[in-house]
Amino acid sequence: MGSIELPNGNRQRRRLLQAGAAAIALGSAGALASTVGAQRIIRIGLTPAFVHDRHALMAEWRRYLEAKLGVTIEFHPRNSYRETMDLLHQSRLEFAWLCDYPFLYLKDLVRLLVVPVNKGRPYYRAYLLVHADNAKAQGMADLKGAAFAYSDPYSNTGYLVPRYWVRQLGENPQTFFRKTFFTFSHRKAVEAVASGMAEGASMDSYVWDTLTRIKPELTARTRIIGASPEYGFPPFAAHRSVSAEDFATMQRVLLDMSNDVAGRRILEQLNLDGFTVGELRLYAGVVDMMRAFGEY
Amino acid sequence: MRFFDLSLRHKIPLWGSSLIVAATLAVSGALMLRAFDDLKHDLVISSESLGFTLAKTLFTTLLHDDIWRAYELIRAPFHDEGSRQAMDPAAIFVVDRNLRVLVSSQPLAMPILADLASLGEDFPELAEALRIKNPEATGAHEFPGSDRLHVSIPLAEEGEHLGTLVITHSKDVFLPRFFGFALGAAGTCALVLAILLPLNWYWGRRMTEPLVQLAHGMSEIVTGAPEELGPELYAYHDELGELFTAYRRAAAEIREKTALEKEVMQSERLAAVGRLAAGIAHEVNNPLGGMLMAIDTLKQRGTMDAATARTVALLERGLQQITETVGALLVQARVQARDLGRQDFEDVRTLIEPQVAKKLIHLEFEIDLPESLPLPASFVRQVLINLLLNAIAATPQEGRIRVMASRTSDEFSLVVANEGEPPPQEILAHLFEPFVSGREGGHGLGLWVTYQTVKQLNGSIAVECRDGEIRFVVSLPLPPDDAAAAKVSLGETALKQGNAA
Repeated sequence: MGSIELPNGNRQRRRLLQAGAAAIALGSAGALASTVGAQRIIRIGLTPAFVHDRHALMAEWRRYLEAKLGVTIEFHPRNSYRETMDLLHQSRLEFAWLCDYPFLYLKDLVRLLVVPVNKGRPYYRAYLLVHADNAKAQGMADLKGAAFAYSDPYSNTGYLVPRYWVRQLGENPQTFFRKTFFTFSHRKAVEAVASGMAEGASMDSYVWDTLTRIKPELTARTRIIGASPEYGFPPFAAHRSVSAEDFATMQRVLLDMSNDVAGRRILEQLNLDGFTVGELRLYAGVVDMMRAFGEY
Repeated sequence: MRFFDLSLRHKIPLWGSSLIVAATLAVSGALMLRAFDDLKHDLVISSESLGFTLAKTLFTTLLHDDIWRAYELIRAPFHDEGSRQAMDPAAIFVVDRNLRVLVSSQPLAMPILADLASLGEDFPELAEALRIKNPEATGAHEFPGSDRLHVSIPLAEEGEHLGTLVITHSKDVFLPRFFGFALGAAGTCALVLAILLPLNWYWGRRMTEPLVQLAHGMSEIVTGAPEELGPELYAYHDELGELFTAYRRAAAEIREKTALEKEVMQSERLAAVGRLAAGIAHEVNNPLGGMLMAIDTLKQRGTMDAATARTVALLERGLQQITETVGALLVQARVQARDLGRQDFEDVRTLIEPQVAKKLIHLEFEIDLPESLPLPASFVRQVLINLLLNAIAATPQEGRIRVMASRTSDEFSLVVANEGEPPPQEILAHLFEPFVSGREGGHGLGLWVTYQTVKQLNGSIAVECRDGEIRFVVSLPLPPDDAAAAKVSLGETALKQGNAA
């Protein structure tokens, strides 16, 4: 990466990061950042909390971050939250873009780095979907006995929220549906409803909105019949072992993304306005639901 | 007309054609059925191979209840709508042991956990078939009235039976391929027929044409004048050839018999006419003699005036003419002692010379005879003169007349041939009857007298017209004792020699 020309400020930061990393590497055996030669590597976990299978966009973002940070960035996309959570448990990630539910679940292992801003606000919600041809269904009550697609057992909008809705109807989520299955991605949950595999699915409003932009023919085959209250947007979290400097540097780079052209182009493709320094109380609604199921 | 009454000329080619068409249709039909079966067989084989591959992965996936992954697996073999191929399945689905749908490539039509038997189309039949079949075996299922083919593969490992994977094919997809094949086969059929049918027609005609001719000839046999069927009609020595040979032999015999019968009839008619004429002549001759005698007496008295004398002379000339005519009709064999000699022919030639010279005719004599023959000379001379006079009259200016006389051991033969137009058929049939004449001025008794004379000598006379010649052929038998004597003497010699040996 040394051949890349960096602005003066960045060069300063690079030296700083390298020094900090070296200190961590020497100081602790369970070091967060690994090093390959002199080159530091930062590992970022990606989950289906956003449209994570757009490889060209991922590459562009990785190059952007490498240029800003002066380190090698490794993205570790996983198809289920469980796998990313395991990687965090094993200290094999420094940062991760998580869903609210795993974030809260791992509250002792990670801390909030930034919250993405979508449509000007750091919020999203859950949408309840049925097939576009299903004109009758008005809400969750109409999906009793249906085949229902959950996205991930650790998804907020794709698992926690729909079960909470069922519970609010006074029903047991275990028996309310004829059949449930996991698609392990919001996008595939849309596909499940569009193809008819599932008669209903609940999903991330942000993923839905992004899909309407990049795959309108898919979303057109589904219909939204319900929406949840707003919850804090799936956050970027840092492993608690990440140093204060690294934490601050990464936070700064992400917050600054909306301030340069390259960053804005990536944000545009991510369908985000930028990042903000969030607060834990954004996720109070999720905490309430988890409490209802005895999970918090 | 019924088909079986048709001429062989049409019937055999028609039979042949229908057999060829039937055989071609039967063979191509059988091949087509076979091709259809093969196509189906291929489809089942390819489905089974796809099914076994899928079943392996699906087993674990479904064991773990990973429905979405299972769905993605069974969607994998589906191509885009635009590029569907004959072997592409129409649907793939899995049913559990209770025949409920676990996962389907067409979830809108086949929702999860739906009862297979409740899905309509041919699924109730399929459910029944799957219920009774061995769950460990693969199977191909087809139901009447349905355009689909289902291949079922068990989802089982080590005795654990999860359910059945079914791959459904729509025949709509492979029918066009089959029709394409059938079209090709039909083209080949048409080509084969285009070659075989004309060949069959040609051979049929070739075989039946001689038969038809033969049948025609046979039907003519009763008329007594069967058709001549030349050897070029059928030149082979098979059974048909033998039939032709037999026909030709029979036809020749019948023609000969007919000719003989005709001749007999004619000679009988001539004999009857001769008896009639002779009878009348006798009756006329007696009063005629009296009348001529009376006129003679009248003339000797000499007391007639000039007018009466003219009348009497007129009567006398008339009666003389009647006498001549009647005399000619009264041909009688007057026994003459003198035998025919070569000199007689020279005499006739001298007698006839003036008439021959008048028309500048070339007269040729070919006489191959011994010095004398035991035949009455005056009769033969009479016959020869009559025939020669007739010939001279019929020969054109500067024509040619030939006279040929010869003998065999028991027969004397005389031929008078002249150049000239043959007389018309109706004259020819009555040539030897009295008062039949082909010419102006002829009284028509010459040939009749000749005929009567020949008959009295037990001979025969015939007329032939060929090569621009009219030939009168007279055959007269030689008296038997002459020939018999020769034969006896030869026999005695042979006997004597035999004894000596």
